Amino acid sequence: MTITQPDVRVTPTFSAPTLDPKEPDGPIEKRWDKARFEYKLVNPSNKRKFNIIIVGSGLAGASAAATMGELGYNVQVYCYQDSPRRAHSVAAQGGINAAKNYQNDGDSIFRLFYDTVKGGDFRSRESNVYRLAQVSNHIIDQCVAQGVPFAREYGGTLDNRSFGGAQVSRTFYARGQTGQQLLLGAYQALSRQIHAGTVTMHTRTEMLDLVLIDGRARGIVVRDMVSGEIDTHMADAVVLATGGYGNAFYLSTNAKGCNVTANWRAHKQGAFFANPCFTQIHPTCIPQAGKHQSKLTLMSESLRNDGRIWVPRKVDDKRPPGEIPENERWYYLEEKYPSFGNLVPRDIASRAAKNVVDEGHGVGPMQNGVYLDFEDAIGRLGKQVISDRYGNLFDMYQNITGENPYQVPMRIYPASHYTMGGLWVDYNLQSTIPGLFVIGEANFSDHGANRLGASALMQGLSDGYFVIPFSIGNYLGSAPLKRVFADHKSAKEARQRVEARIQHLLTINGERTPADFHRELGGLIWDGCGMARNEAGLRRALEKIPALRQEFWENLKVTGTAKDLNQALEHAGRVADFLELGELMCIDALAREESCGAHFREEYQTEDGEALRRDDEFAYVAAWEATGDVSAPTLHKEHLEFEHVPLSTRSYK
Amino acid sequence: MKLTLKIWRQPGPDAPGKIVAYEVAGVSPDSSFLEMLDTLNEHLMHEGEEPVAFDHDCREGICGSCGVVIDGIAHGPAKAVTTCQLHMRTFKDGDTITVEPWRANAFPILKDLIVDRSAFDRIIQAGGYVSVGTGSAQDANSIMIPKPDADLAMDGAACIGCAACVAACPNGSAMLFTAAKVGHLAALPQGQEEREERAVLMVGQMDAEGFGGCTNIRECGAVCPKEIPIDFIAQMNRDLLRGALKGAGKR
Repeated sequence: MTITQPDVRVTPTFSAPTLDPKEPDGPIEKRWDKARFEYKLVNPSNKRKFNIIIVGSGLAGASAAATMGELGYNVQVYCYQDSPRRAHSVAAQGGINAAKNYQNDGDSIFRLFYDTVKGGDFRSRESNVYRLAQVSNHIIDQCVAQGVPFAREYGGTLDNRSFGGAQVSRTFYARGQTGQQLLLGAYQALSRQIHAGTVTMHTRTEMLDLVLIDGRARGIVVRDMVSGEIDTHMADAVVLATGGYGNAFYLSTNAKGCNVTANWRAHKQGAFFANPCFTQIHPTCIPQAGKHQSKLTLMSESLRNDGRIWVPRKVDDKRPPGEIPENERWYYLEEKYPSFGNLVPRDIASRAAKNVVDEGHGVGPMQNGVYLDFEDAIGRLGKQVISDRYGNLFDMYQNITGENPYQVPMRIYPASHYTMGGLWVDYNLQSTIPGLFVIGEANFSDHGANRLGASALMQGLSDGYFVIPFSIGNYLGSAPLKRVFADHKSAKEARQRVEARIQHLLTINGERTPADFHRELGGLIWDGCGMARNEAGLRRALEKIPALRQEFWENLKVTGTAKDLNQALEHAGRVADFLELGELMCIDALAREESCGAHFREEYQTEDGEALRRDDEFAYVAAWEATGDVSAPTLHKEHLEFEHVPLSTRSYK
Repeated sequence: MKLTLKIWRQPGPDAPGKIVAYEVAGVSPDSSFLEMLDTLNEHLMHEGEEPVAFDHDCREGICGSCGVVIDGIAHGPAKAVTTCQLHMRTFKDGDTITVEPWRANAFPILKDLIVDRSAFDRIIQAGGYVSVGTGSAQDANSIMIPKPDADLAMDGAACIGCAACVAACPNGSAMLFTAAKVGHLAALPQGQEEREERAVLMVGQMDAEGFGGCTNIRECGAVCPKEIPIDFIAQMNRDLLRGALKGAGKR
């Protein structure tokens, strides 16, 4: 059977896209309802004619796939692991926020919206954040309906706990495994659709390029990670749900396979990358133990509910913690921030820890941590209550360090954890490439310059269950989408690009392994663009990263072949992309001459060391356009207006 | 620490495999088992040899990707940990450690220590869910769940799908995995509508995949990193019997 190519017009020059957030007008609490009413709908019996590709099957990807499958679309989902249930969403420990106000302590949709905008240090789009708060309640309802085993009170109702950056108790949790349980809820819903035949799952398959036809995202090039076969899959729309890029730091709380490749490939073809320097450092991770360290393990922020953070008042105090009397313990967060104490937002807690360790108060064998002490809580509540709340976290800590946190304080230190930056999207979650949508941590949208605890899970499921299924319907119902095939010129070119790159990686035959380059890159980015940044450090990084990148393409060593299961090859491809993203992060950090949220420029701070925002000049989203020269991207600005949450200095004192 | 590793190497699904011995030195006792394998692999790559392929991702004991049989025990000698959580302080300088993939009929070997566990996904697809579409749910607190039931559900839901239970079972049975999911949903009001048919359909799929039967040996519970109680198996057997007698599972 011959496949006739449809009559394709000459591809128009993709006109320079302007940044139109497409926010609906009107009162903010009615905008989402208005948008949904004005969205084009796809007739139920027409939905099965549309093919949608979703790359990534974590919270956002799995929930989107399940919901779109239920609606009747034909969905293809891809993940690099052996099962969708392995996505790194699974590791989130603490909980998920919602504005239910079950605890009767003054919460509301408006307050959750307000806390999130303020917690993001006024660098997010109000409309998106309001919608997030609005659908948060539906998320909890949906999860409970699926059988997600949230913790319950004795009366049978849902339990809540507090989280950093909020003075209300709005976090729902399932022991210390909320991420796993929410992901399983979405994975189970996805499984039901796979069984029903509306969704086809491609595991051990990674996306290595995007296919654009007539300026629209119409497919992806994938590699089967078992056989090594390259293939092109076409669709009417493509959704990226590939998570964050914190693994650029090498030592982070991300999974080893986490990567920026899908986002980066899209970026190079026209998807603007927004706020890449907004990378969140999580304050409570287990400190590095040695050079062999392959990743850092998160200790849930929820521990800060009951643990007290302290360091010895004396510098270079090597005494075991039990020998340090109370009056020689410096509870530095409680002293500096009386209102929020140990529950200050992450960026503030992380910088405070870095400062005390830099000044010589660090604890542990490498003197690179601070204490998170449960002695008071165990005394007040009893060991059983603490064990019920945090049992598995305490076990995890003991496994890794060999120390028992019921008896000695935990040692923690900040580590790269989450990325607020990501591909730019409008109110409909569409990127600057028509037909390319981005959801979950992979997009930039709702958290501004700093994400509050327990809100990542909320955002992934908000995007997946309640936003993208409708906004994508609007696109499908209005875009002129001719049928396209894998033998289209653009598809073949994309495929050739992928095959050429793989061959190139395999034939350099240098001396250094991908892990070796990754480790060095991670160190460079951590030093130059980590918790505290300055012009000199950023410029140094901007010399060293391109130099390392050049060495990579001259001195890389990858064993094995292309048409085989080859983990070294997989890693090499991902590191190649991190070597470019790392540079963009530093360029972004250098251009943003203010401190806000997780982005701290030493040159812009108040007298007592807090972030100094410069709203008059920097209240914008920095959306970077790839130009072909990695070192010279073009900056586009989306100016932000704050009508409902008045601009104010974040103070948690 | 210096160690001798005897590792199963198999170039592909259809190729024969064998145990190959390697020496690895300079291993820190604070490093994890997988970090120790990383050290070996870096060395092998420098020598121009193919590194040992093994599944891994989160390296914190929650994703269920990793899992090898270490000296004959799935996930190694320490209790209630995954392979990535096992730290080298469990071993002694000079030890010889044998490392093999999960062995079960239902898990074809793909390469070296990597096996195909997609049978687990197909068991869940057969019925491991509550059939509720997005958007139709009532207020979350309108379903009151007694705390003991919620805790029991959580005990079953804690399963990470690593398949150590299958690897440890002399019959290659997946009963603990299946029973954990069945038990999680059976403990909740939301799961009652489809309770019996879920057990029948999931066990049916489990059998179709080629897993063995359960003869109450209990090796599974002994190696499970999340300490899923084997009581779930007994409970699932009751649901299965009731369901089979009622003719459940025919839609």
